[in-house]
This record gives sequence, C-alpha cells and structure tokens, in this order.
Amino acid sequence: MARAAIPGRLTWRVGKLAEARAETPTARTLVLDVPGWPGHLAGQHVDVRLTAEDGYSTQRSYSIASSADGERVELTIQAVPDGEVSPYLVQTFSPGDPVELRGPVGGWFVWRTSGMDPVLLIAGGSGIVPLMAMIRARRAAGSRVPFRLIYSVRTPDDVYYADELRRRVRDDAGLDVTFVYTRAVPDGWPHPPRRVGVADVNTNGWPPALTPDCYVCGPTAFVETVADILVALGHDPRRVRTERFGPTGG
Amino acid sequence: MSDPHLDGNALAGPLRDVFAVDVTAATSRCASCGQVGAVAALHVYASAPGLVARCPGCEEVVLRMVRTPDAAWLDLRGAVSLRIPM
Repeated sequence: MARAAIPGRLTWRVGKLAEARAETPTARTLVLDVPGWPGHLAGQHVDVRLTAEDGYSTQRSYSIASSADGERVELTIQAVPDGEVSPYLVQTFSPGDPVELRGPVGGWFVWRTSGMDPVLLIAGGSGIVPLMAMIRARRAAGSRVPFRLIYSVRTPDDVYYADELRRRVRDDAGLDVTFVYTRAVPDGWPHPPRRVGVADVNTNGWPPALTPDCYVCGPTAFVETVADILVALGHDPRRVRTERFGPTGG
Repeated sequence: MSDPHLDGNALAGPLRDVFAVDVTAATSRCASCGQVGAVAALHVYASAPGLVARCPGCEEVVLRMVRTPDAAWLDLRGAVSLRIPM
C-alpha cells in the first residue's frame, strides 16, 4: 500500500539530477537523488514541480521507471513538442540541477513482489515506463512469477530500454518480451506494421484460465482497445488494471 | 485525440493532498448506475476547472475536485460509497 510507504502528509522534496541517459532521440531517463525518499512500489508515479525565477510554477505527473533503490528515483520522460515542462527536462535539465518531487502516489496500478499470479504487461509507447519498473522490481526481488510483456511502439528506434530488455530476456528466467511495430518494422520482420490486435494478445499473453494480473499502460485509445480485447478474451475485468497517458500539456 | 480523458490514477497526487490514505485504490459505487470499481479506473477529465471523474459505465460524474489558493473542494455526490482498503 502506498500509505505504508508514505505515512502522513505528502510533502515536496528537492531532488538533484545525478545522471541522464538518452533512450530515444526524444526521450531521456533522469536519475535523481532525492534525500528522504521513502521508497516506492512498481507502477507508482510522482508529481514533478518546476518553478521559474518569476515564481511561476507548474507541475506534471510521471511514472517511476526504477524499482525501489534507496534515495534514487529514475523517471523516463518523452519530450512533448511545444510542451511546457518535458522539453526542459529532456533537453536542458543538467546534472546537479534541482527539481521538486512529491510522492510516490497511486496504490492501484502497482505490482507487489509478493504477487504469485502470472503477469501480463501491455505497453503502448511511453506506457512502458511503469511496466519496466515492474520488470525491474521482479528481478530485484528474485521473484519467479512469470512475466510477459507486449510492447507496442511506432518504430524500432522508439523502443525505450532496448539493450536492457534484450539482456533481461536472456538473463531473467520467466520473462518474455514481444514487440508490435505500428509504423516501421525491423529488417526481416515477418509482417508489415500493424496495431496490437486480438491475435497478438491471445498468442503472446496468458490464457484467462491462469488468472493473470494484467497491466495496460499507454495513450487512452490504446488502453481502451487493449482492455476491451482482454475482457473479450475472457479475462476478469477486475484483473485488468489500466493507466492512461493523456495529453497532459507536456 | 478526440477523447482526451485520463483515469483515476491521475487523482492520486491531488487526493493525497487531502487524505492520509491512497483513495485511488478504494472501490467506489456509482450513484447513477450502481457500477462498482476502483477509483483509479474512473475516467478523469482534467481540462475542466479542476478534475472531473466520471463512471466508466454510464459516464455520469462520480467525483469532482477543485483546488483554490486556500482550500480543496471535493464533490462526491455521484458516489454512493467508497470502500477504502485498510
């Protein structure tokens, strides 16, 4: 429960950028040191607040990409064209720079390492971020719960955590990853670009009889489509957890 | 996108300003159609003044939250009940 990790009132903390890693030409992972960070569950998010010198302040919500690791928190941020916050965080924000964070928040779209049922993760674009936190938390906890990830992206260049996913598929027993490309496919890919459909979920997910916990994260239209497919295939709607990434103003 | 709603996960920060527990993990019952589900699964429209959360079954308003400089307004008339895991 989030309340176990964050007793009392939620407060703003000041984090500092320790390092940054480019994920794609338009997305970057920020590794933040946040003194007093209480820890978090995989799938939770933080509110990030930026304040200009003239006092103007604005905030955004971002999913946490990392599993719990002391006072270190990783966020992966996609630069939204003409956005107010994300272009700054992706292009300008530099090591040593401060940023205010509040969290972790959200106690529903989370996976706990005590879970025993198989897990199906379905990501659309930057919706991979909280699901990657679950994959990392599984590894960190030494969990043997079988995980399957279906990751829908526009092109191979848009894949976040590409090297790490390759490595984890090799090293993390019980983790399968399937890609669906919607605009351009790698050389030699067996079919043209397409959106996630019933066949993808049916073939690369889990049968409903195994009562998997399903987590779907991505743009609103993607989430609605995939959640409908899961329920149509016979999955219990109560086991289908969704998180929509909408146009947040960037 | 024609349908810009988010979901109740986006209420987690604003509601944690007010409540000591995470209300998004609570189960709500819609006063209009009776549908039961997680607050996190409500459809949230953030472009209104404040946050408007609607039932995913009937699209009636379940919860509204507005912040002013010195107060938080929470309108729960669309929810019969909230079951909060303790």
